[in-house]
Amino acid sequence: MRKVELKGITKSYDGKQDVLKAIDVMVEPGEFFVLVGPSGCGKSTMLRMIAGLESITSGELALDGKRANALSPSERDLSMVFQNYALYPHLTVEQNITFGLHVKKVSKREQKERCKEVCEMLGLTDYMKRKPRELSGGQRQRVALARAVVTQAPLCLMDEPLSNLDAKLRAKMRSEIRQLQRKLGLTMIYVTHDQTEAMTMADRMMILSDGDVQQIGRPLDVYNNPANTFVASFIGSPPMNLIDAEMKDSVLVADGHWMTPVTAAMKQKIGSGRVTLGVRPEHISLAKDSEPGFLVQVANVEVLGTETLVTFDFGEATQWIAKWPGQSSVQPGEQIRICVDDRHLALFSAEKGERIVCEPVPDAKKVSS
Amino acid sequence: MTLTVSGLVMVFPILYAFLISFMQGGEVLQGSLWPETFSLANFVSAFDRVPLLTYLWNSLMVSVLIMAGQLVLCSLAAFAFVFVEFKGREWIFYLFISTMMIPWEATMVPNFQTVQSLGWLNSYAGLTIPFFAMAFGTFLLRQQFKTIPKELYEASQIAGISKLRFFTGVVLPVVKTTMTTLAIYSFLTAWNMYLWPLLVTNNEANRTVQIGLKQMQTQEIASDWGVVMAGVVMVILPTLILLFAGQKRLQEGLTQGALK
Repeated sequence: MRKVELKGITKSYDGKQDVLKAIDVMVEPGEFFVLVGPSGCGKSTMLRMIAGLESITSGELALDGKRANALSPSERDLSMVFQNYALYPHLTVEQNITFGLHVKKVSKREQKERCKEVCEMLGLTDYMKRKPRELSGGQRQRVALARAVVTQAPLCLMDEPLSNLDAKLRAKMRSEIRQLQRKLGLTMIYVTHDQTEAMTMADRMMILSDGDVQQIGRPLDVYNNPANTFVASFIGSPPMNLIDAEMKDSVLVADGHWMTPVTAAMKQKIGSGRVTLGVRPEHISLAKDSEPGFLVQVANVEVLGTETLVTFDFGEATQWIAKWPGQSSVQPGEQIRICVDDRHLALFSAEKGERIVCEPVPDAKKVSS
Repeated sequence: MTLTVSGLVMVFPILYAFLISFMQGGEVLQGSLWPETFSLANFVSAFDRVPLLTYLWNSLMVSVLIMAGQLVLCSLAAFAFVFVEFKGREWIFYLFISTMMIPWEATMVPNFQTVQSLGWLNSYAGLTIPFFAMAFGTFLLRQQFKTIPKELYEASQIAGISKLRFFTGVVLPVVKTTMTTLAIYSFLTAWNMYLWPLLVTNNEANRTVQIGLKQMQTQEIASDWGVVMAGVVMVILPTLILLFAGQKRLQEGLTQGALK
């Protein structure tokens, strides 16, 4: 268990442009913390700075309350799993796992014992004498995990460890890694570009874009209360539907024909002018006869068995996606009448894309922690 | 078929030299291709005329020393150029590589003067040390080291493994094949050196085998080609053995990579 604290961490390679801008975050002991964002957002750089593989341009990194900026990677007492596993190709699985343990003054006998233990834990016992090239992708991934676990370092860093696996295996490893982390009580910092991984694994997550922190919070808080349009469209699959809307009298008008009434409080917050409206796909439903709704044309239908994704044209340039439970019989080209659940509308300022909170969100505190 | 014919054409000089080495006196000059009897007399007299064993031993020592020196220095230099970050690394590397464009003959005289002033004439030091730094070998190994994923180095940094241990424990085993290639290349180059040993040695105790061959050829006005060829066969034998032994090894290395 380890506490990791970043205070105003900044990284710049050329001294002009910052790839990470003043990151402040505290990772609690035993926490599964996920850094998520699109490629090139600086998440791997941040992880490598924590590992000591990349220098810190300014700011302070503290491990367990002690300044660690100048410590070498090995002095930080952590383990790391790389995207390409970084297994030594000429060594057997067993040698790969124990390679480097002698530095930590672990006796030969204990090395053997620890290796046996982690191999049993990860189901590698039958492969201990094999070379990495004789293993499948999933087995290699496990060896990399075993190598991180065997050091018994209290902090484990993972850099997109599952991106080389196929979808099925990825889901399995996701749950395995999470169980392992809980069992060993590791503090884990996990980098991924896959929002599903972030949502399913994280205790808390940080969404990064262009070196800026967009939001830090628990997965459901982030999902339900995205701080801005970037987070809204990045987290959730399919993403939140967004559209520009305009305040007219006491209704919001999107794309000239769809209107939604707003409360007086909302109106005051919004003022006059333009906003961005957001709706999660699951909050769009087929309108019943008695309900107010509006007509749209279906562009595509994806039936997934347990749910159906319906893409429809909304206005001239926008397509929205609705997610309905069950197997819908809607066909592409059909005109359907849909309605949107007003209670779940999200409003963002049109200029900066920031969330306009209209009514007190019950757990707003946790969102901004 | 074409391959066999061209193969025969290629191998003919060596084969002919081999056959001549068994021929008696006048047979060579009569232009016969096949010796009447396979006699070992030429080999005996080759050893009689020049101290061939001493020369062979010297050549072996010099070649092994140069090979070892080049492997150690080239691999360490390449390691620094790939895994150790320092200012002007690329620039220094290209400067290093550019020495490949300076012909060896141009540096021969200054090298000779240096060796002479160090008092290294007629010694293994003078014969070997000037060849230890090899731009080509460094270049070859650097390219090979670059194929090693950087994550391997980072993983060992996190584990706390020292640079030296990473070099000997990970880098060298991984590039074993290229190291073998370079070893064979530098051994053969050193074995075939003629001009430099001629310059820096002037007594029989330190000469190498290539000079011995030349001696055999020029000792008498009319060369006894049978004896010379016997000497040649003795000289190319280690080369051939090394090549065949190494070839097996190289093939192993290549197929290993192919079956990844």
